[in-house]
Amino acid sequence: MNWPVKGKVMGKPIKRLEDPELLRGEARFIDDISLPGMLEAAFVRSPHAHAEIRGIDATAAKAIPGVHAVLALDDLMPYLETEFLVVGLPSPSYKQDRNRSALAGGEVTHVGEPVAVVIADDRYIAEDAAQLVFIDYDILPAAADCREALADGAPPVHKGADGNLLAEFNMGYGEVDAAFSGAAHIFQDSFRLHRGGSHSIECRGCVGFHDRATDELTLWVSSQMPHSALRVLVDMLGRDENQIRVVTPDIGGGFGPKLVVYQEDVVVSVAALMLGRPVKWIEDRREHFISTTQERDQYWEVEIATDDQARILGLRGSIIHDHGAYTARGINLPQNSAESLPGPYEVPAYRMNTKLALTNKVPVTPVRGAGHPQAAFVIERLLDRVAQELGLDRVEVRNRNLIPAEAMPYTRPLKTRGGLAVVLDSGDFPGLQNDALARAGWKDFAARQEAARNEGRYIGIGLANFVKGTGRGPFEVVTVRVGTSGKVHVYTGGTAIGQGTRTMLAQIVAEQLGGDVNNITVTTGDTAATALGIGTSNSRLAVTAGTSAHVAAGNVREKVLKVAASMLECPAQDLEIEGDEIHVMDQPGRIANVSVKLGEVAHAMAGTPGYVLPGGVGPGLEATEHVLLDSKAFACGTAVVEVEVDIETGGVKILNYVIAHDCGNIINPLLVDGQVLGGTAHGIGNALYEWMAYDDNGQPLTTNLADYLLVGAVEMPRVELIHQESPSPLNPLGVKGVGECGVVPASGAIISAIDDALAPFGVHITQAPISPPDIVALIEQGRQRL
Amino acid sequence: MSEKRKLSVAVNGTSYDEDVEVRLTLADFLRHQLGLTGTHLGCEHGVCGACTVLVDGLSVRGCLMLAVQADGTEITTVEGIAPSATELHPLQQAFHDNHGLHCGFCTPGMLTTLLELLRDNPSPTETEVREAISGNLCRCTGYQGIVDAALDAAERLKDGGGDSR
Repeated sequence: MNWPVKGKVMGKPIKRLEDPELLRGEARFIDDISLPGMLEAAFVRSPHAHAEIRGIDATAAKAIPGVHAVLALDDLMPYLETEFLVVGLPSPSYKQDRNRSALAGGEVTHVGEPVAVVIADDRYIAEDAAQLVFIDYDILPAAADCREALADGAPPVHKGADGNLLAEFNMGYGEVDAAFSGAAHIFQDSFRLHRGGSHSIECRGCVGFHDRATDELTLWVSSQMPHSALRVLVDMLGRDENQIRVVTPDIGGGFGPKLVVYQEDVVVSVAALMLGRPVKWIEDRREHFISTTQERDQYWEVEIATDDQARILGLRGSIIHDHGAYTARGINLPQNSAESLPGPYEVPAYRMNTKLALTNKVPVTPVRGAGHPQAAFVIERLLDRVAQELGLDRVEVRNRNLIPAEAMPYTRPLKTRGGLAVVLDSGDFPGLQNDALARAGWKDFAARQEAARNEGRYIGIGLANFVKGTGRGPFEVVTVRVGTSGKVHVYTGGTAIGQGTRTMLAQIVAEQLGGDVNNITVTTGDTAATALGIGTSNSRLAVTAGTSAHVAAGNVREKVLKVAASMLECPAQDLEIEGDEIHVMDQPGRIANVSVKLGEVAHAMAGTPGYVLPGGVGPGLEATEHVLLDSKAFACGTAVVEVEVDIETGGVKILNYVIAHDCGNIINPLLVDGQVLGGTAHGIGNALYEWMAYDDNGQPLTTNLADYLLVGAVEMPRVELIHQESPSPLNPLGVKGVGECGVVPASGAIISAIDDALAPFGVHITQAPISPPDIVALIEQGRQRL
Repeated sequence: MSEKRKLSVAVNGTSYDEDVEVRLTLADFLRHQLGLTGTHLGCEHGVCGACTVLVDGLSVRGCLMLAVQADGTEITTVEGIAPSATELHPLQQAFHDNHGLHCGFCTPGMLTTLLELLRDNPSPTETEVREAISGNLCRCTGYQGIVDAALDAAERLKDGGGDSR
């Protein structure tokens, strides 16, 4: 399969097909769906982090005019095979199964857990009534901090449980202890990493509709993984696949947590079946803070051993990971963290122990970056520590440890969660670092810093390298079908959550079928359109769906040309597809005035009773592919950041931000830039702003966007992007994913820069995010030491 | 709770006389009573700016204003920005050309906010653009495409508003 890196449309900054409807306000998001007779839901949620439910009294709520039902778990059970959402990814490391229940049964284990639902004429009435559902709680002690939750005598997150250890696993390779015992230097640090929520600007939501005529239940849901939702609904509702369809409308951002199947999706489905009316639920922002999954806390204790030349000999340590109250996804998040700690560096020996602690808080699942930013932060902070202790430049320490380009592909003796080898497939890590440093003016920085300090200004520069496994397999399905209209229709199990999936797939398909992206339609995330489908996560669609689209389009192209050759009575190699027509080229590059339309070929291949199909090929003009791609394609890069710190207020201003990155062959530079920029914004939030705070009793303290800070246009610097394109050898497009790349190095680079700015105070930051009060306190501690 | 009042408004040039519940927000009125679902709700507490509409030309959070408070006003929503069904407004075109949107959920509020800015300040600096949208959260773009689009649109509007690229 020859890949045109820069073709008719591949590699070009094609403007997005998605835009016009969105710009005109004509898109259809979940809350824009309105069906005749539709009712609306409001959930009654636990106000307690941990409590037993003694009873539920819905009398007053049901008395409100316009209320159709108030449902608790017992009311749902006649419609359910099981109350549990069993979604955990497989792993031998689980000590406890902690599946969520469609609605809480006898116990609630986090603030926000849904206990009952009110279905009413509209949401205003439903919310009125929800306040009148009286639930008698017996409050139990809560475990809020994941470290304390694992201590002896900690209150159990689930009543009667034998401790709060959800899972534990070890990972590593090499003779770690020998590496440490023979090391010239050993440094130890403790890190406190926190990431908050996803906070797509569109919250979650779903609409359930049961068509009695066909007995089909349709669930429209703002989900990254509708096929997962279908499987959960099949299991829970006891209906077969033909009786349930899950469809994603336009999605207003996902960023990870929308890949989870939630209790509300199940409850709305049951309510629609039970009441015989369409039912809509739209999450509000407060609910998003207390019911949509988050990423939150990791505590790392890590040691690094080096030789006398600052070359890494070994890494070892432990992670305690806040899992929340239930398994809404699995062990994947800390698995990613532990797996990716060595990053782009040569690490001869490595050992990490990881414990997942249950807490009485919202379940934890990946947010954009999925554990990788924490690992990148830790390794980069350790290397900065080595540089500081040994009196070396931070770049020099990295140069001595980065895996060189000629070592690719580089196999690391680790296994992914699926037991596959970790192989860094391609990339020039030192080259990326050099490019970023040059653009950021690293060499001149010392002079700039000195000049600034002479003016009483504290500026600093920092860097961080990263690798990010992308395109997680095993496949994504794509069907390419030419219709009798002449339009080319593309269907995929991947979902479009704002990343430009439709444009990306249209480019790949158009490259082989006429070169006109406007002749392509793309349907994403509909279980009626593709039987299989994995969905959107892990920067995976360009790699997985892109490859399937490429192969499927190639197969359709071959068939189009064969049939057209038969219809035009000429050799297939003399034909080319331009727009929606197949032309005879009478000389290379010259179009003769003989052609047939794509639609005509599709008509011919649709068959006519009693007539032989042309071309000697099978019927139809379509192909479905699920190209298997088990190994991850590793994207990589370097961020270099310059900051100014106000030592009186602790405020940090980003003065310059450069990111050099490599996501393989670029399908559309506009989309790639957009993904890197957006990821960077998330990373800046993780470094400086986003803090999902809870008190000691598990009560969330930041439940609105005034308390929980997202990066705004004023805080966000202009980011300079540098691209390298090392084609991945793992797929025919040579692409790697890009959606999460910007996030991964951000907090490491920013915090490194803050450290550098505050070097006169001897500050060494070991946490992210860091707030202005934290910085002021560190400066004060530094002053006292001086 | 079900008290209703008469409301007369012009939305995107069309007059409406509606009975509305007094507690209905302007955003819910536009979305659910008039079916103008282009105005989006992201937080319902006045921070994210997705629901921004222009009321008598001034940007307003549709989630923080009651529909009845809009009596007698002229409202512009995202559906009213484009000059026709086939053309985009120069600001919308600039968003398209500068990759100023990803998921598009915050876009309506960005567009209405920037329309107000560009009317009042036809030659904004980058800093002024960033300050103007400091009350509009976008989780996808990192703002750079939005800021570039606004600056690009300012140039286009100065050149007569047409396709001046």
